[in-house]
Amino acid sequence: MELHDVWFVLIAVLWTGYFFLEGFDFGVGILTKLLARDRLEKRVLINTVGPVWDGNEVWLLTAGGATFAAFPEWYATLFSGFYLPLLVILVCLIVRGVAFEYRAKRPEENWQRNWETAIFWTSLVPAFLWGVAFGNIVHGVKIDRNFEYVGTFWNLLNPYALLGGLVTLTLFTFHGTVFTALKTVGDIRVRARKLATKIGVLTAVLAVVFLLWTQIDSGDGKSLVALVVAAAALLAALGANLRGREGWAFALSGVTIVAAVAMLFLSLFPNVMPSSLNGDWSLTVTNASSSPYTLKIMTWLAAIATPLVLLYQGWTYWVFRKRIGTQHIAAEAAH
Amino acid sequence: MYLALAPETLARWQFGITTVYHFLFVPLTISLAALTAGLQTAWVRTEKEKYLRATKFWGKLFLINIAMGVVTGIVQEFQFGMNWSDYSRFVGDIFGAPLAFEALIAFFFESTFIGLWIFGWDKLPKKIHLACIWMVSIGTILSAYFILAANSWMQHPVGYKIDKAKGRAELTDFLAVLTQNTTVAQVFHTLSASFLTGGAFMIGIAAFHLFRKKHISVMKTSLRLGLVTVVIAGLLTAISGDTLGKVMFKQQPMKMAAAEALWDGQDSAPFSIFAYGDVSKGHNTVELSVPGLLSFLADGNFNSHVPGINDTNKAEQQKYGAGDYRPIIPVTFWAFRWMIGFGMASFGVGLAGLWLTRKKFMLPQHLRVGEDEVPNLVLFKNKALSPKLGRLYWLAAIWTLGFPLIANSWGWIFTEMGRQPWVVYGVLKTSAAVSPGVSQTEILISMITFTVLYAVLAVVEVKLLVKYVKAGPPELTEDDLNPPTKIGGETRDADKPMAFSY
Repeated sequence: MELHDVWFVLIAVLWTGYFFLEGFDFGVGILTKLLARDRLEKRVLINTVGPVWDGNEVWLLTAGGATFAAFPEWYATLFSGFYLPLLVILVCLIVRGVAFEYRAKRPEENWQRNWETAIFWTSLVPAFLWGVAFGNIVHGVKIDRNFEYVGTFWNLLNPYALLGGLVTLTLFTFHGTVFTALKTVGDIRVRARKLATKIGVLTAVLAVVFLLWTQIDSGDGKSLVALVVAAAALLAALGANLRGREGWAFALSGVTIVAAVAMLFLSLFPNVMPSSLNGDWSLTVTNASSSPYTLKIMTWLAAIATPLVLLYQGWTYWVFRKRIGTQHIAAEAAH
Repeated sequence: MYLALAPETLARWQFGITTVYHFLFVPLTISLAALTAGLQTAWVRTEKEKYLRATKFWGKLFLINIAMGVVTGIVQEFQFGMNWSDYSRFVGDIFGAPLAFEALIAFFFESTFIGLWIFGWDKLPKKIHLACIWMVSIGTILSAYFILAANSWMQHPVGYKIDKAKGRAELTDFLAVLTQNTTVAQVFHTLSASFLTGGAFMIGIAAFHLFRKKHISVMKTSLRLGLVTVVIAGLLTAISGDTLGKVMFKQQPMKMAAAEALWDGQDSAPFSIFAYGDVSKGHNTVELSVPGLLSFLADGNFNSHVPGINDTNKAEQQKYGAGDYRPIIPVTFWAFRWMIGFGMASFGVGLAGLWLTRKKFMLPQHLRVGEDEVPNLVLFKNKALSPKLGRLYWLAAIWTLGFPLIANSWGWIFTEMGRQPWVVYGVLKTSAAVSPGVSQTEILISMITFTVLYAVLAVVEVKLLVKYVKAGPPELTEDDLNPPTKIGGETRDADKPMAFSY
């Protein structure tokens, strides 16, 4: 395995980490409208991810930075090509971060309601758009001989990619719902379990169609294995949720995300962004990558820093391991 | 296509707007993290309540600020790819690495430990909680280091070779990128300017309260911390600025000439403190200048020869081919002065304050004050300043809050615009760096979106800051004074509300 292959795997790992972690905090954001009965319950939901959402989001920044360093051509084509959707995602992430931090900083109801609405939409829109983006990456887009994206904005909204968007949206919502069942106590926990079943079934239907489509389109033996794992894990997560095994349900919905992302990357390899115009114009791990020297330095960095990150981020989850319910939210917003 | 709306122009405006805006929050984040950590350390060591109240007060303002710093930083990570794809393709092999280092080392540090700090008051033992804010502080400084190493490479590319076949620059010596003198000087200068900014922020807000005789004990401590920080950081900023100037003179002679609007080279070149006239025409109608100072700033010798804009332009034409290698002179000329002027004004206010509010040194007994009194402002031995002059000082102290923010912005505008027409000096021109596939409309949409969004958020943020500044330091609760002794918090009362919740 050459270094650029290693980095293909590492980029996949970073995106997997991002979708696994921010996946459930997007889901929790969406649940503020889907599950919470009143504003106190919204606060319970928001506070389940309060201490961790920011650390989760860094996985995206790292995926971005690492793509820049390891595959500059991929970084350049992807972000200049998917310009407007990325702009929407960035705006959402900006507003979302501010919404989390500022919502409780003023007592006025209007102020808080506005930020709550913002949290819902800025969680929902990126959860959908990331799926659209990956759908397009895997499916291939119009890339010319100079690696420039020459399609339009509307080309990005094709049926396959839109289905991908629905899959990430529902999958993240499901992931967030089982996370909520695991992290809360009281009535909301019971309702989260019930809702998880409904969303889980919907996710399963959409995900199986999307992944099968991917498999037929560009899959191989390995991606088929990943597909089977993803589907099995999703069904097992549903089963665990039904039996009230919340820890298992969350772990398994996590496995679903890992396997689904793995499948997308497996069907992508050795391309990183296939061209739909001409196979010779596709960006691949070889023609898009950095020099071996840079990749070597980056590998050292990843080898040392990633385990450390996992260690202290894991520790954070352990520190905030207690379930929370409405009784844990101080009546007077402590700010 | 109108030049004003050319993609290159728009992309530059967008980069300028988003980056200057981002950098309003960065220096405050860097310095307030460390200063808050310092205050919390004082609390842990002395158990004096005023330190904990100060920690909570400044910590709150720090959090309001860092939230904006973090979210506006997301754009920075992606806009190279969006608007500057040819730049990204050309330099990604080199420029991407420090960015990845920044994300994987610094951002994770900051973002993970800030969560622990915000929510950890009732979850972590005192010392571990304190360690978290120090980790945040280390994260902010590492972040600055890596991104400045990347920027320094644009100012003075080292440790690379050009691969003609691939049409890109490739890294050959990463250590050179991380340790070259431009990087060292820029890091030194930016960090000291950051502390100047945070110190002035503290002075301004503490003066606001002391002027009204409110929250005296906490604010007196804060004022003192702010004053000391500003004086030390101000000195270091000047020293590092001087170093950076000399490095720049060797590496980018055009920028030095443009800083002074020195059209024709001369020995013992003067530095004008003030000029009025059209600098773009190459002469001033009114000018107040110090002879030889520019030569000293550039080379450490009052008699040295400093090449002018015209000479340098000719030299670069010979080296790089026909073209205009001059930046926009009025911008560089005034930006350079505003940077120094506002920065040093803040330093002056700090120095004056440190003297005026001294506790004992050369201060007669009757002018000394107790712990809970506003200090007298004493210029000479025996008498406090008249109320009028005293008021003037407090007002200056309040206003100084904004000075370094202005200085920082102009500093970046100077160094980035002074490098034009290059994006990577001597290697890649800005005009060759933009995304060829991105349309004028797309850039316009994103530029307008970011500008409007940032403007709205600025209003929200400033209002929130004002609210919390006015509220003053919080009263402490029983829980504040009795932090948990084990990780995860006490388990006695399972239904106890969290100390902090969103």
